[in-house]
Amino acid sequence: MGDITPVTDHSIAEHLRHVPHAAALGMQLAGYEDGRALVRVPYAEHLVGDPDTGVIHGGVLTAVLDNVSGMAVPRASLSEAQRAIATLDLRIDYMRPAKPHEDLMVEAECYQLTRAIAFVRARAYQASDDRAIASSVATFMLGANRAAPPGFGAGEGAS
Amino acid sequence: MKLLSEVRGDDERLDLSALVTRIPYAQFLGVRVEERGNEITLVMPFKESLIGNVMLPALHGGTIGALLEFTAVIQLLAESQPSSLPKTIDFAIDYLRSGRPEATYARATIAKHGRRVANVQVEAWQSVRSKPIASGHGHFMLKES
Repeated sequence: MGDITPVTDHSIAEHLRHVPHAAALGMQLAGYEDGRALVRVPYAEHLVGDPDTGVIHGGVLTAVLDNVSGMAVPRASLSEAQRAIATLDLRIDYMRPAKPHEDLMVEAECYQLTRAIAFVRARAYQASDDRAIASSVATFMLGANRAAPPGFGAGEGAS
Repeated sequence: MKLLSEVRGDDERLDLSALVTRIPYAQFLGVRVEERGNEITLVMPFKESLIGNVMLPALHGGTIGALLEFTAVIQLLAESQPSSLPKTIDFAIDYLRSGRPEATYARATIAKHGRRVANVQVEAWQSVRSKPIASGHGHFMLKES
Protein backbone atom coordinates (compact mmCIF):
# COMPACT_ATOMS: atom_id res chain seq x y z
CA MET A 1 0.00 0.00 0.00
CA GLY A 2 1.36 3.45 -0.88
CA ASP A 3 1.15 6.56 1.26
CA ILE A 4 -2.32 7.40 2.43
CA THR A 5 -3.61 10.96 2.70
CA PRO A 6 -3.11 12.10 6.30
CA VAL A 7 -6.49 13.19 7.59
CA THR A 8 -7.58 13.65 11.17
CA ASP A 9 -10.65 15.89 10.95
CA HIS A 10 -12.78 13.97 8.43
CA SER A 11 -16.43 13.24 9.29
CA ILE A 12 -15.34 9.62 9.68
CA ALA A 13 -13.15 10.68 12.63
CA GLU A 14 -16.28 12.05 14.26
CA HIS A 15 -18.04 8.76 13.47
CA LEU A 16 -15.21 6.86 15.15
CA ARG A 17 -15.63 8.84 18.35
CA HIS A 18 -19.27 7.74 18.45
CA VAL A 19 -18.57 4.01 18.20
CA PRO A 20 -18.37 3.14 21.92
CA HIS A 21 -15.92 0.25 21.53
CA ALA A 22 -13.68 2.17 19.10
CA ALA A 23 -13.55 5.04 21.59
CA ALA A 24 -12.87 2.60 24.45
CA LEU A 25 -9.89 1.19 22.53
CA GLY A 26 -8.63 4.73 21.92
CA MET A 27 -8.79 4.54 18.11
CA GLN A 28 -7.86 7.79 16.33
CA LEU A 29 -8.19 8.51 12.62
CA ALA A 30 -4.75 9.19 11.11
CA GLY A 31 -5.45 9.00 7.38
CA TYR A 32 -8.42 8.63 5.08
CA GLU A 33 -9.39 8.53 1.45
CA ASP A 34 -12.35 6.79 -0.17
CA GLY A 35 -11.50 3.08 -0.06
CA ARG A 36 -8.61 3.40 2.43
CA ALA A 37 -8.27 4.19 6.12
CA LEU A 38 -5.42 4.52 8.63
CA VAL A 39 -5.96 4.47 12.39
CA ARG A 40 -3.62 4.98 15.33
CA VAL A 41 -4.18 3.19 18.64
CA PRO A 42 -2.05 4.72 21.42
CA TYR A 43 -0.47 2.15 23.73
CA ALA A 44 -2.56 1.80 26.89
CA GLU A 45 -2.38 -0.44 29.95
CA HIS A 46 -5.94 -1.74 29.56
CA LEU A 47 -5.04 -3.26 26.17
CA VAL A 48 -2.33 -5.52 27.60
CA GLY A 49 -2.71 -9.26 27.12
CA ASP A 50 0.49 -10.42 28.80
CA PRO A 51 1.27 -8.52 32.01
CA ASP A 52 4.75 -10.12 32.15
CA THR A 53 5.85 -8.42 28.93
CA GLY A 54 3.34 -5.57 28.48
CA VAL A 55 2.51 -6.82 24.97
CA ILE A 56 -1.03 -5.92 23.88
CA HIS A 57 -3.63 -8.67 23.51
CA GLY A 58 -4.27 -10.27 20.12
CA GLY A 59 -7.94 -9.44 20.60
CA VAL A 60 -7.10 -5.74 20.38
CA LEU A 61 -5.69 -6.35 16.91
CA THR A 62 -8.82 -8.32 16.01
CA ALA A 63 -11.10 -5.47 17.04
CA VAL A 64 -9.03 -2.75 15.38
CA LEU A 65 -8.44 -4.68 12.13
CA ASP A 66 -12.19 -5.35 11.92
CA ASN A 67 -13.09 -1.72 12.53
CA VAL A 68 -10.51 -0.15 10.19
CA SER A 69 -11.36 -2.68 7.46
CA GLY A 70 -14.99 -1.55 7.68
CA MET A 71 -13.90 2.08 7.42
CA ALA A 72 -12.05 1.26 4.18
CA VAL A 73 -15.24 0.16 2.41
CA PRO A 74 -15.67 2.95 -0.19
CA ARG A 75 -18.59 5.22 0.52
CA ALA A 76 -18.58 7.67 -2.39
CA SER A 77 -20.01 5.24 -4.94
CA LEU A 78 -22.52 3.63 -2.57
CA SER A 79 -26.12 4.55 -1.89
CA GLU A 80 -27.21 5.41 1.64
CA ALA A 81 -28.83 1.95 1.99
CA GLN A 82 -25.68 0.17 0.78
CA ARG A 83 -23.54 1.98 3.33
CA ALA A 84 -24.98 -0.17 6.12
CA ILE A 85 -22.33 -2.89 6.17
CA ALA A 86 -21.86 -6.08 8.14
CA THR A 87 -18.67 -8.10 8.53
CA LEU A 88 -19.09 -11.57 7.00
CA ASP A 89 -15.68 -12.88 7.90
CA LEU A 90 -12.25 -11.79 9.03
CA ARG A 91 -9.04 -13.82 8.91
CA ILE A 92 -5.94 -12.59 10.69
CA ASP A 93 -2.32 -13.74 10.46
CA TYR A 94 -0.17 -12.81 13.45
CA MET A 95 3.38 -12.41 12.16
CA ARG A 96 5.29 -11.01 15.11
CA PRO A 97 4.54 -9.79 18.63
CA ALA A 98 3.84 -6.09 19.01
CA LYS A 99 6.46 -4.15 20.94
CA PRO A 100 5.16 -2.90 24.30
CA HIS A 101 4.73 0.83 25.00
CA GLU A 102 4.44 1.70 21.32
CA ASP A 103 1.41 2.93 19.38
CA LEU A 104 -0.27 0.57 16.98
CA MET A 105 -1.01 1.64 13.39
CA VAL A 106 -3.61 -0.16 11.28
CA GLU A 107 -4.10 0.54 7.59
CA ALA A 108 -6.84 -0.99 5.45
CA GLU A 109 -7.63 -0.93 1.75
CA CYS A 110 -10.67 -2.13 -0.18
CA TYR A 111 -9.29 -4.02 -3.18
CA GLN A 112 -12.51 -5.23 -4.74
CA LEU A 113 -16.08 -3.99 -4.62
CA THR A 114 -19.09 -5.73 -6.11
CA ARG A 115 -22.74 -4.70 -5.83
CA ALA A 116 -23.16 -6.78 -2.68
CA ILE A 117 -19.69 -7.38 -1.24
CA ALA A 118 -16.55 -5.42 -0.33
CA PHE A 119 -13.19 -7.22 -0.07
CA VAL A 120 -10.72 -5.51 2.25
CA ARG A 121 -7.15 -6.23 3.30
CA ALA A 122 -5.43 -4.62 6.25
CA ARG A 123 -2.10 -4.62 8.05
CA ALA A 124 -1.01 -3.61 11.52
CA TYR A 125 2.44 -2.21 12.28
CA GLN A 126 4.20 0.11 14.69
CA ALA A 127 5.71 3.52 14.08
CA SER A 128 9.27 2.35 14.85
CA ASP A 129 9.15 -0.58 12.47
CA ASP A 130 7.27 -0.77 9.18
CA ARG A 131 7.22 -4.59 9.16
CA ALA A 132 3.71 -5.97 9.69
CA ILE A 133 2.86 -7.44 13.08
CA ALA A 134 -0.43 -8.75 11.67
CA SER A 135 -2.33 -8.74 8.40
CA SER A 136 -5.92 -9.57 7.61
CA VAL A 137 -8.48 -10.09 4.88
CA ALA A 138 -12.17 -9.40 5.46
CA THR A 139 -15.38 -9.44 3.48
CA PHE A 140 -18.30 -7.13 4.15
CA MET A 141 -21.90 -7.35 3.00
CA LEU A 142 -23.27 -4.07 1.68
CA GLY A 143 -26.82 -2.94 2.45
CA ALA A 144 -26.81 -5.22 5.46
CA ASN A 145 -29.84 -3.80 7.23
CA ARG A 146 -32.12 -3.99 4.22
CA ALA A 147 -34.82 -6.68 4.52
CA ALA A 148 -32.90 -8.42 7.29
CA PRO A 149 -35.42 -9.95 9.69
CA PRO A 150 -34.56 -9.57 13.36
CA GLY A 151 -31.89 -12.04 14.42
CA PHE A 152 -30.70 -12.68 10.88
CA GLY A 153 -28.31 -9.77 10.49
CA ALA A 154 -24.62 -10.63 10.17
CA GLY A 155 -21.99 -9.49 12.63
CA GLU A 156 -21.66 -5.77 13.03
CA GLY A 157 -18.06 -4.95 12.45
CA ALA A 158 -17.85 -1.28 11.84
CA SER A 159 -21.06 -0.11 10.25
CA MET B 1 6.62 -17.31 33.15
CA LYS B 2 5.40 -15.25 36.07
CA LEU B 3 1.76 -14.88 35.00
CA LEU B 4 1.10 -18.62 34.77
CA SER B 5 3.18 -19.61 37.80
CA GLU B 6 1.25 -17.12 39.94
CA VAL B 7 -2.06 -18.82 39.17
CA ARG B 8 -0.84 -22.41 39.29
CA GLY B 9 -2.28 -24.24 42.30
CA ASP B 10 -0.62 -26.80 44.55
CA ASP B 11 -2.08 -29.51 42.29
CA GLU B 12 -0.20 -27.94 39.34
CA ARG B 13 -3.47 -26.91 37.68
CA LEU B 14 -4.02 -23.35 36.48
CA ASP B 15 -6.71 -21.29 38.21
CA LEU B 16 -8.30 -19.92 35.03
CA SER B 17 -10.58 -17.41 36.81
CA ALA B 18 -7.59 -15.96 38.63
CA LEU B 19 -5.67 -15.83 35.36
CA VAL B 20 -8.39 -13.80 33.63
CA THR B 21 -8.40 -11.20 36.42
CA ARG B 22 -4.68 -10.62 35.78
CA ILE B 23 -5.02 -9.93 32.06
CA PRO B 24 -5.89 -6.25 31.63
CA TYR B 25 -7.57 -6.64 28.25
CA ALA B 26 -9.80 -9.47 29.58
CA GLN B 27 -10.83 -7.16 32.41
CA PHE B 28 -11.51 -4.38 29.91
CA LEU B 29 -13.86 -6.71 27.99
CA GLY B 30 -15.35 -7.93 31.28
CA VAL B 31 -14.78 -11.61 30.45
CA ARG B 32 -15.04 -14.33 33.10
CA VAL B 33 -14.52 -18.09 33.09
CA GLU B 34 -17.14 -20.63 34.18
CA GLU B 35 -16.07 -24.24 34.70
CA ARG B 36 -18.60 -27.08 34.93
CA GLY B 37 -16.86 -30.43 35.16
CA ASN B 38 -14.53 -30.55 32.20
CA GLU B 39 -16.50 -27.93 30.22
CA ILE B 40 -15.29 -24.37 30.11
CA THR B 41 -17.55 -21.50 29.08
CA LEU B 42 -16.36 -17.93 28.74
CA VAL B 43 -18.95 -15.30 29.58
CA MET B 44 -18.84 -11.70 28.34
CA PRO B 45 -21.64 -9.79 30.11
CA PHE B 46 -23.03 -6.82 28.20
CA LYS B 47 -21.68 -3.38 28.83
CA GLU B 48 -21.94 -0.14 26.89
CA SER B 49 -18.27 -0.02 25.85
CA LEU B 50 -18.69 -3.24 23.82
CA ILE B 51 -21.12 -1.57 21.41
CA GLY B 52 -20.03 -1.11 17.79
CA ASN B 53 -23.28 0.12 16.29
CA VAL B 54 -25.39 2.44 18.43
CA MET B 55 -28.28 2.48 15.93
CA LEU B 56 -29.15 -1.23 16.00
CA PRO B 57 -27.68 -1.54 18.69
CA ALA B 58 -25.12 -4.30 18.16
CA LEU B 59 -21.92 -5.47 19.79
CA HIS B 60 -18.69 -4.49 18.04
CA GLY B 61 -17.61 -7.43 15.87
CA GLY B 62 -14.12 -7.05 17.26
CA THR B 63 -15.29 -7.78 20.81
CA ILE B 64 -16.84 -11.04 19.59
CA GLY B 65 -13.68 -11.92 17.68
CA ALA B 66 -11.55 -11.17 20.73
CA LEU B 67 -13.81 -13.32 22.92
CA LEU B 68 -13.50 -16.24 20.47
CA GLU B 69 -9.72 -16.01 20.37
CA PHE B 70 -9.49 -15.63 24.13
CA THR B 71 -11.72 -18.70 24.62
CA ALA B 72 -9.42 -20.74 22.39
CA VAL B 73 -6.39 -19.76 24.46
CA ILE B 74 -8.14 -20.57 27.75
CA GLN B 75 -9.18 -24.00 26.44
CA LEU B 76 -5.57 -24.72 25.43
CA LEU B 77 -4.32 -23.63 28.85
CA ALA B 78 -6.89 -25.87 30.56
CA GLU B 79 -6.18 -28.95 28.49
CA SER B 80 -2.44 -28.81 28.09
CA GLN B 81 -1.35 -26.87 31.22
CA PRO B 82 1.65 -25.36 29.38
CA SER B 83 4.47 -23.34 30.93
CA SER B 84 3.79 -20.29 28.75
CA LEU B 85 0.87 -18.66 26.92
CA PRO B 86 0.12 -20.16 23.49
CA LYS B 87 0.83 -17.71 20.65
CA THR B 88 -1.79 -17.13 17.97
CA ILE B 89 -0.51 -17.94 14.48
CA ASP B 90 -3.75 -17.18 12.67
CA PHE B 91 -7.40 -16.81 13.52
CA ALA B 92 -10.48 -16.69 11.27
CA ILE B 93 -13.91 -15.49 12.30
CA ASP B 94 -17.26 -16.02 10.59
CA TYR B 95 -19.91 -13.57 11.73
CA LEU B 96 -23.27 -15.29 11.63
CA ARG B 97 -25.70 -12.98 13.42
CA SER B 98 -25.45 -9.53 14.90
CA GLY B 99 -24.52 -9.48 18.58
CA ARG B 100 -27.39 -8.10 20.60
CA PRO B 101 -26.73 -5.99 23.71
CA GLU B 102 -26.77 -8.93 26.10
CA ALA B 103 -24.39 -11.53 27.54
CA THR B 104 -22.32 -13.55 25.07
CA TYR B 105 -20.97 -17.05 25.74
CA ALA B 106 -18.21 -18.99 24.01
CA ARG B 107 -16.83 -22.50 24.07
CA ALA B 108 -13.85 -24.01 22.30
CA THR B 109 -12.91 -27.47 21.05
CA ILE B 110 -9.35 -28.51 20.32
CA ALA B 111 -9.57 -30.17 16.91
CA LYS B 112 -5.92 -31.16 16.80
CA HIS B 113 -3.30 -30.87 19.50
CA GLY B 114 0.08 -31.45 17.93
CA ARG B 115 3.45 -31.20 19.57
CA ARG B 116 4.07 -27.63 18.44
CA VAL B 117 0.81 -26.41 16.91
CA ALA B 118 -2.83 -26.77 17.93
CA ASN B 119 -5.96 -26.18 15.86
CA VAL B 120 -8.86 -24.82 17.93
CA GLN B 121 -12.48 -24.24 16.91
CA VAL B 122 -14.72 -21.87 18.84
CA GLU B 123 -18.37 -20.87 18.82
CA ALA B 124 -20.11 -17.89 20.44
CA TRP B 125 -23.80 -17.56 21.16
CA GLN B 126 -26.20 -15.46 23.21
CA SER B 127 -29.59 -16.53 24.57
CA VAL B 128 -29.97 -19.55 22.28
CA ARG B 129 -27.10 -22.04 22.15
CA SER B 130 -28.24 -23.47 18.79
CA LYS B 131 -28.12 -20.03 17.14
CA PRO B 132 -24.42 -19.07 17.23
CA ILE B 133 -23.61 -15.42 16.54
CA ALA B 134 -20.07 -16.22 15.39
CA SER B 135 -17.68 -19.10 14.93
CA GLY B 136 -13.93 -19.09 14.66
CA HIS B 137 -10.94 -21.33 14.19
CA GLY B 138 -7.26 -20.73 14.56
CA HIS B 139 -3.80 -22.16 14.90
CA PHE B 140 -1.74 -21.62 18.03
CA MET B 141 1.96 -22.17 18.62
CA LEU B 142 2.69 -24.17 21.75
CA LYS B 143 5.99 -23.96 23.57
CA GLU B 144 7.78 -27.28 23.26
CA SER B 145 8.18 -28.73 26.69
